[in-house]
Amino acid sequence: MPAFVIRRLLQSVLVLGVMSLLVFAGVYAIGNPVDILIDPQAGQADIARAISALGLDRPLVEQYLIFLRQALAGDLGNSFVYNVPAIQLILERMPATLELALAATTLAVLLGIPLGLWAGLAPDSWQGKLIMSGSILGFSLPTFWVGLLLIMLFAVELGWLPASGRGPTTEFLGVQVSFLSWDGMRHLILPAINLALFKLSLIIRLTRAGTREALLQDYVKFARAKGLSNARVVGVHVLKNIMIPVVTVIGLEFGSVIAFAIVTESIFGWPGMGKLIIDSINVLDRPVIVAYLLVIVFLVILINLAVDIVYSLLDPRVRIGEAQA
Amino acid sequence: MIVCMFERWAKSAVTGFVCIVLSLAGCVAATAAELRIGLGADVTSLDPHFLNVAPNNNAAWQVYDALTHVDANARLIPGLAVSWRAVDSTTWEFKLRKDVKFHDGSAFSAEDVIFSLERPATLSASPGPFTGFVKPIVAKKIIDPWTLQLKTAAPYAMLPYDLNSIFIVSKKAASGASTEDFNSGKAAIGTGPYKLSRFARGDRIELARNDSYWGAQNGKLAPWDKVTLRILPADTARIAALLAGDVDAIENIPTADLTRLKANAKFRLEQKVSWRTLFLHLDQYRDHPPHLSDKSGKPLAKNPFKDVRVRMAMSKAINRRAIVERVMEGNAIEAGNLVSPPVFGHVAALKPETYDPKAAKDLLAEAGYPDGFALTLYAPNNRYVNDEQLAQTVAQMLARVGILTRVETLPASVYFGKARAGEFSFALLGWGSFSGDLALRALLATPNAAKGYGAWNWGHYSNPKADGLLEQGFATLDEKKREALAREAATLALKDVPVILLHHQLASWAMRKEIAYEARTDEYTFARDFRRR
Repeated sequence: MPAFVIRRLLQSVLVLGVMSLLVFAGVYAIGNPVDILIDPQAGQADIARAISALGLDRPLVEQYLIFLRQALAGDLGNSFVYNVPAIQLILERMPATLELALAATTLAVLLGIPLGLWAGLAPDSWQGKLIMSGSILGFSLPTFWVGLLLIMLFAVELGWLPASGRGPTTEFLGVQVSFLSWDGMRHLILPAINLALFKLSLIIRLTRAGTREALLQDYVKFARAKGLSNARVVGVHVLKNIMIPVVTVIGLEFGSVIAFAIVTESIFGWPGMGKLIIDSINVLDRPVIVAYLLVIVFLVILINLAVDIVYSLLDPRVRIGEAQA
Repeated sequence: MIVCMFERWAKSAVTGFVCIVLSLAGCVAATAAELRIGLGADVTSLDPHFLNVAPNNNAAWQVYDALTHVDANARLIPGLAVSWRAVDSTTWEFKLRKDVKFHDGSAFSAEDVIFSLERPATLSASPGPFTGFVKPIVAKKIIDPWTLQLKTAAPYAMLPYDLNSIFIVSKKAASGASTEDFNSGKAAIGTGPYKLSRFARGDRIELARNDSYWGAQNGKLAPWDKVTLRILPADTARIAALLAGDVDAIENIPTADLTRLKANAKFRLEQKVSWRTLFLHLDQYRDHPPHLSDKSGKPLAKNPFKDVRVRMAMSKAINRRAIVERVMEGNAIEAGNLVSPPVFGHVAALKPETYDPKAAKDLLAEAGYPDGFALTLYAPNNRYVNDEQLAQTVAQMLARVGILTRVETLPASVYFGKARAGEFSFALLGWGSFSGDLALRALLATPNAAKGYGAWNWGHYSNPKADGLLEQGFATLDEKKREALAREAATLALKDVPVILLHHQLASWAMRKEIAYEARTDEYTFARDFRRR
């Protein structure tokens, strides 16, 4: 197991290197922030001076090597427009995004698994059909539109919840979180629902399919024949066996939830990483773009690793490291 | 029975508690007046000398002052300097305001001005530095704590204008300070109407009223003890925040929502013509500009844009009234000038070109293009109000007189780099300027890197006579004479149709019915200018 983890981490270093090169070259090809940000009254000499002060007049290879040398020393560079270390900007925004992503995932899991079970156990009942049609809506409605609808209904028309922003934060285990206060919770509800909707539908469908399949398995029939209670059959034998695909998908989807958070964050004015990356792309703030993507890639690698490990714990037949043997 | 009594007691206690909380809330709202404003763009730094972009400057203006200010019509007025005059042709003398205190209570003096003028040059890694504004100054001399002389190498009339862009910080607080010291508020000590309480990057800026502000209007301070600037760049989020009552006012309203807000009795709108003018640059220097051909795709024998008749024809083909009424939904005015009506150097006699497709066709035929030609119009799609629709509309209008126009739109981040590299021959640009001569210098003066002329003259239009008038104007220290020269230069240049002028945008703010805002041509949102009605 340790060998497996180390090997995976070494692979990730390679992925990060390739990633940084691609992003670096991509942003270089688009242009430089001076063309967008320089004062309109500035003359040609001012423009040239600003470009050279940022080192943007040097050849791409040289710029990349300078970046690489600094990156290996742990410095991903200062943001062009914020004038603070790019990594600091990202880490400062990360708790907000993670909080939103975790809240959405929790919501999706807590609602999705019971609803999926229900739909799986009683597929022909009207409730089961309702849940399934609801999940189709959750799949097909665009996040952007649902977000606006939620705002119009709950914030503008009813006035129950705030339309945008993050509530007051408090420190919890060294991280600034907002869900501990009532006001913070009120700010979190709408964006979390909006972000959870797609995943909720996914989990409902997975759980339902898994349940229907498991109910026909011999071990379930055997458990029933033994005279076990329905609660035990469903709660232990069925649930445990359908968890494997569900956990895999939740894990893999967690990465995409962080990425999809961009849309929800901009609609709800949520000060997370997604808003930062959009702003940074608009002004070609290369250090932030590169650092953001490196952080995201690293997070996804970590999540995948965690999923593999949990997978092996859930299914005793899976042995980590065998694949490489 | 006991349970019952307990329930009743609990209920009344809860009701009582709720009442107390509500009345307390009422009390708080009545005494501590708070104004919450939704801003339309991200503020990256509170260091006022780091990055010269409008959102950052807007935030800095709440906390700092400059030597010269501009009023709602974008005209220069006294700021921390009460008056200024040219002692001789290369020396400007500024009389500073006495009895001005910084937020930390220390007194403001000429030392702070000198420090602030020198600080931009120490911040080298900025994609939008402030150094251009202090570059003409070759020597600084303190005559007494409230008199300052600045020398330029050559006569330079624009210095008081340039100094509007240099915020005055406290020497004591800002010496050796980093950007983070400004963001944390430690070094963010200004003389402005509000003190910085807290800056949460990407989220909000909290301000507290400066009770000893020198610029209290008619002896009255702004009615808001506390101001929160919420950063809401997404249009939908900003509008929703206003509608839901999360904020009291917002800036930068999309045209589609203006109509809806106008009809809503709970809100009011404030509008004013902005200093931003939209126009189309035409390549007038290359013999075979890119993306220009005859209708079958074969290259043209020569560059049609070099012929003034073609440029005039294209201008006549544009129905500006339709653009203003349809594309901009009434939130713009037709342009006949490079700068909008309130701005220095605007020539009232220059009217928007009248729409005349027949005359346009005749002119094209006269110039040797009876069948027109084909071109590509480039435009950004996230920079100006409705920029993409505007480009599409212009293309259709040109097609009507026989100029087959394709439209290519790009995000601003890609667009401007390509435009500066000369990749387009027909391209949309929007421009906001303090004065007509500054706009002419950047947009229509013959490109000359050494002098800093024509930095945004994408079409390389050149008119030596207009250049001469401009140069003469910048060396003329008398404002009236300078404005006359600026008008003369503008009239001379625009006669050649060097660009195709479209419209001036309107700047808009929306707010709760109970408050009012003095709308500004420079599009800034100043908390101090919001009033209770």
